[in-house]
Amino acid sequence: MHAVNLQRRKVLGKALYASLAGLAASWGLLPANVHAARPDSAFTAKDIDSGLVELFGDNGVEDSGDIEIKAPEVAENGAVVPIKVTANVSNPEAMALVVAKNPNPVICSYDLTPEVVPTVSMRIKMGESSDVIALVKANGKIYQSVKEVKVTVGGCGG
Amino acid sequence: MTIKAKIKVISDGTAEVKVLIKHPMETGLRKDRKTGKVIPAHYIKTVACEWQGKPVMTAYWGWAISKNPYLSFRMNGPASGDTVKVSWVDNMDESDSKEFKVR
Repeated sequence: MHAVNLQRRKVLGKALYASLAGLAASWGLLPANVHAARPDSAFTAKDIDSGLVELFGDNGVEDSGDIEIKAPEVAENGAVVPIKVTANVSNPEAMALVVAKNPNPVICSYDLTPEVVPTVSMRIKMGESSDVIALVKANGKIYQSVKEVKVTVGGCGG
Repeated sequence: MTIKAKIKVISDGTAEVKVLIKHPMETGLRKDRKTGKVIPAHYIKTVACEWQGKPVMTAYWGWAISKNPYLSFRMNGPASGDTVKVSWVDNMDESDSKEFKVR
């Protein structure tokens, strides 16, 4: 009896929390639900293939000369590697960056809208010298471009 | 953990968005040298940029984005005087949000 009550309380508590969170979100107290759409499993994947399937589905990837990766040939500090990706592809919907030899290769992904000029700059961490792969989803296809970046001192810790 | 952003209409008519967020972006792989314990992961998971109430660009990040992350891109549409809202949420459910005027 006691256990049942506890369980009931937990369920009620969760329901209350969920409804409060929903209310807060609708009032604009919490950031909009765009924050909930993150494909978490892609970021925890330990190999590129499963990460990409989680991110884009099992659609296959085509090489493309229309995606440009600007990155240093040699990065002295793996903790801060500047990367700029430009997608000269029509109707890009999403962009993602993979560092092949990082423990979790999928490191970031961007949802784009027609308002975005698809040139994105960021700074990333690289554990060791590795291929950096930029992927762009457009017109139902996934395109990729690869650039090797040599790293002098790794920046993932451990 | 503050957000700084500069949004400026540049010569080709697009608005250049530059965002800098103060955040440790801890990987969860590093060890504290003194105690030998793993420092828990603490990183931003999403960054959303909204204009006129609509998401324009949403970034999903893992721990491999550098400490004090920098993000830059360009937008079609916003005019000088518009506001663009930037918000983030991290894996410890901390968050921040700020509105910026387009210059």
